[in-house]
Amino acid sequence: MNATAGRVLPPPEGLAALKEQVGKLARGSVGDHGVLPFGVSAIDAALPGGGLARGAFHELSGIDGDEEDGAVAAAFLAGILARLSPPAPVLWCHVFDDLYGPGLVARGLAPERLISVRARDDRTVLEAMEDGLKVPSLAAVVGEAGALPLTASRRLQLAAANSGVTAFVLRRWRTGTRAAAERAEPVAAATRWRVSALPSRPVDGEPGLGRLLWNVELTRCRGGVPAHWILEACDATGHVALAAELADRAPAPAERQPLRRAG
Amino acid sequence: MEWAGGRGLLAAVDERLLDSIVPGMPLADARAIAPGIVALDADPEGDAAALRRLAQWCGRYSPWTATDGTDGIWLDLTGVAHLFGDEPSLAADLVARLKRRGLTARAAVADTPGAASALARAGGKSVTVIPSGAEQLALALLPVSALRLPPETCELMDRLGLRRIGDLYKLPRPALVSRFGLAAAERLDQALGKLPEPLSPLPPMPTRSSHRCFAEPIARPEDLAAAIASLADALCRSLARDGVGARRLALRFYRVDGVVLALEAGTAQASRDPRHLAHLFASRLDRIDPDLGVEDMRLEALAVEPLGSRQPGLDRTGAGNDRSDDALARLVDRLETRLGAGSVARLRPRDSHIPERAQERVPALAPGRGGTLWNAGKTRPLRLLPRPEPIEAIAPIPDDPPVQFRWRRLTHRVRAADGPERILGEWWREPYAGEGSWRGGSSPADENLRDYYAVEDTVGRRFWVFRAGLHKPGVTPGWFLHGVFP
Repeated sequence: MNATAGRVLPPPEGLAALKEQVGKLARGSVGDHGVLPFGVSAIDAALPGGGLARGAFHELSGIDGDEEDGAVAAAFLAGILARLSPPAPVLWCHVFDDLYGPGLVARGLAPERLISVRARDDRTVLEAMEDGLKVPSLAAVVGEAGALPLTASRRLQLAAANSGVTAFVLRRWRTGTRAAAERAEPVAAATRWRVSALPSRPVDGEPGLGRLLWNVELTRCRGGVPAHWILEACDATGHVALAAELADRAPAPAERQPLRRAG
Repeated sequence: MEWAGGRGLLAAVDERLLDSIVPGMPLADARAIAPGIVALDADPEGDAAALRRLAQWCGRYSPWTATDGTDGIWLDLTGVAHLFGDEPSLAADLVARLKRRGLTARAAVADTPGAASALARAGGKSVTVIPSGAEQLALALLPVSALRLPPETCELMDRLGLRRIGDLYKLPRPALVSRFGLAAAERLDQALGKLPEPLSPLPPMPTRSSHRCFAEPIARPEDLAAAIASLADALCRSLARDGVGARRLALRFYRVDGVVLALEAGTAQASRDPRHLAHLFASRLDRIDPDLGVEDMRLEALAVEPLGSRQPGLDRTGAGNDRSDDALARLVDRLETRLGAGSVARLRPRDSHIPERAQERVPALAPGRGGTLWNAGKTRPLRLLPRPEPIEAIAPIPDDPPVQFRWRRLTHRVRAADGPERILGEWWREPYAGEGSWRGGSSPADENLRDYYAVEDTVGRRFWVFRAGLHKPGVTPGWFLHGVFP
C-alpha cells in the first residue's frame, strides 16, 4: 500500500478503472461464471445478466407453513438444478434424511446426479458445503440449514465465486417464530427467494387437485430489484411457467409493484 | 483319502490313529482295523494353498521360507535363530505355535536341507536339532526313503538289503551311481553337505504398511502431521510398486506408556495419493491424545484394489475427466471421514412399491442403475418422512379422504384431494416388523393395506396421508402423514 500511495493516477483512467472494480465487486461474480436463465422473460428481466448467477451463493426459504419442510422451495430448487448444464453431480447436504427420489424425478432432477450428505447439524452442513464448493466438477452444492451466520454465508459466496460452483442454502426452521426472526437477518447472498404454495385452481368439472401454483418472491437481488411472481410448478424437465392468466398480460403485472423494496 | 483305480487310499491320517492305520492304506483295510473312522475326500489344491499360507506365516521366524513337496516347509535360519534364543528354542516355539493352531508338526534343524528334511520326516521326534557337521552320524540310522528318492529306487535298495542311509556310506561311489543313478548319489551328497542344494524361497509378501520409529517421542500435532505425511509417502510408494491403491487404512500410534491408539479411514476409490491419504488422518488428529508422546507409528493398508498407473498431464483430453473424478472421490472421502461412514450416499431406486422401500442409500461412487424405476408421472412427495407420523384426522367412512387433520400441532382443513392409491404390503415379508404402530386392520390380510391420498389444505400446502387398513365394525383405522408435496 505504501508503495502505491505516493503515485497519483491520472484522474479519468483511474476513476474508470475504479468504477469498473467497484461495479464488479458490487455485482459479485456475475459475469465471471455466466448465468442460468429461467426461460421465463419476466423472471430473467428482473435478474442481472438475464438469469440466476452461476458461481454465486443463493438463499431460498419456505414461507406460509413451509418453513419447516421447505418442500416447495426444494422443488423450485430441484427445477433449477435440473436445468444446470452440464449435468454434473449435485452435492445436497442435510440433517433430516427426508429427500425422496421419486419426488425429485418429478421435478426434473435425476437422482443419479444427486450426492446426499447427511450432516450432524447446521454447522456441519455449512462446513460440508464449503468443502464441496472447492470441487469444480460439481454442478452445484445445496445445503439445508436453519442458522446461517453472516460470516458463513460470506465464506460460501467466496468459495462459490472461486470455483464457479453454484451454492444454494435452503433454510429450514423448526418453528415459524424462529423462521421469522432468522429470516430477517442479513445474508451475503446474490439472491434471496421465498417460495410457497398457493391454493390450486380446480380444473373445470373435475374433482381432485388442480394445477400446482407457486408463489415465488425474489426478496433480495444484488444488482437487481426484488420482484414477485405466481408460477406454475416446474415440470419433469425443471421448467417453470408464469401462471396462465398472468402470462397473458404484458408486461410484468403492475399491481405487484408495492412488494418491491430497495436493496 | 484319495481315489485310485476305484479304491479309496488314505492320503493322510489323524495322528492319534497312526498306530493302527497309515497313509497309503486302502480305505477298506483301514475300516477293518478301525471301524469308527471318518473318511473325507482329499483336497490337494486346498492343501497346497494352505501350505503356502502356512509358509508365509512362518515368515515370522525367517524372511526366507519355501514349501517342500506337499507336506513340508523350509525355513532358512541363517542369522535369525538368536532372535528366539537359539535354534532348539526356535524350533520348539514353532512346533508349539502350530500345535495351538491344531497342526501336528515335526521340526528339524540341520546344516543341509536334505538332512533337515530326512530328520523331520523320519526322525520321529517333534524337535530335532543336530550340531554342525554331525549329519553323517544323525542320518545313518534313518531309512533310505528319507533321502527324497523316487519310490522305485527305494524299492530296489530295499531288495538289495540297503535299508538305512548308513548302509549307503559304505558303497563305493561308482557302484552307487551305476546302480541307482546319479540322482540318488546327489541326494546323498546334498544331505551330507558335499553338494550345495539351492532352494527358491516364496516371493516376499507385499508390504502394505509403513512404519516410523522416533528417536524421541513426539507429541505436537504438527510433528504428528509431518510423520503421517512421511508414512503416507512411504506407503504410497510401495502401493505404486504393486499397482494397487488403498481402500481402507489404519493408522496406529504407539504411545510411550504402552497404549496403542488407532484411526481408520476408507476411500471411495482406490487411491495412492500420499497427500490425500495423509489428509484423511491429519484432519482427525484432534481425536488422538499423544499424552507423553508417541514413539512409533504404523500406517497400514487393510484393503487394496488394483489401480492402474497414470501419467498425469500426458493425455489432456481424457485426463481432465479423471482428475475431476479424483477431486470428487477425495471430497467424498473427506466428508465420510468427518461425518461418519455411510453419511455420503446416492439415492438409488429399489424395486419395491412400498414407498419407503423404493429408495436406498448406496455408496456415493458406486456404479448404479438410473432412475428408470421411478416414474415421474406417479404422485410422489418430495419429502418422505422417515416414519409415517400419526395424525388426528376427521374423515367420512368408509373410504373418503380426511376433511380435516391435525399434524404437528397445526390443524389443516382439506380443500381438495386426490386418491385413493391403494398400496398393499409385500406379503413375502414380515408385516412391517417392529414398526407396528401404523398397522391398521385386525386381520393379517389387511393390516398391510394403506390407502394413500394427496390432500391440499386451504393455504395450498399438499400432503401425502394414508389410512392404515379398512373400516370394519369395531375397528377405527388410524391415519398417518407420510410425506410433503412441493
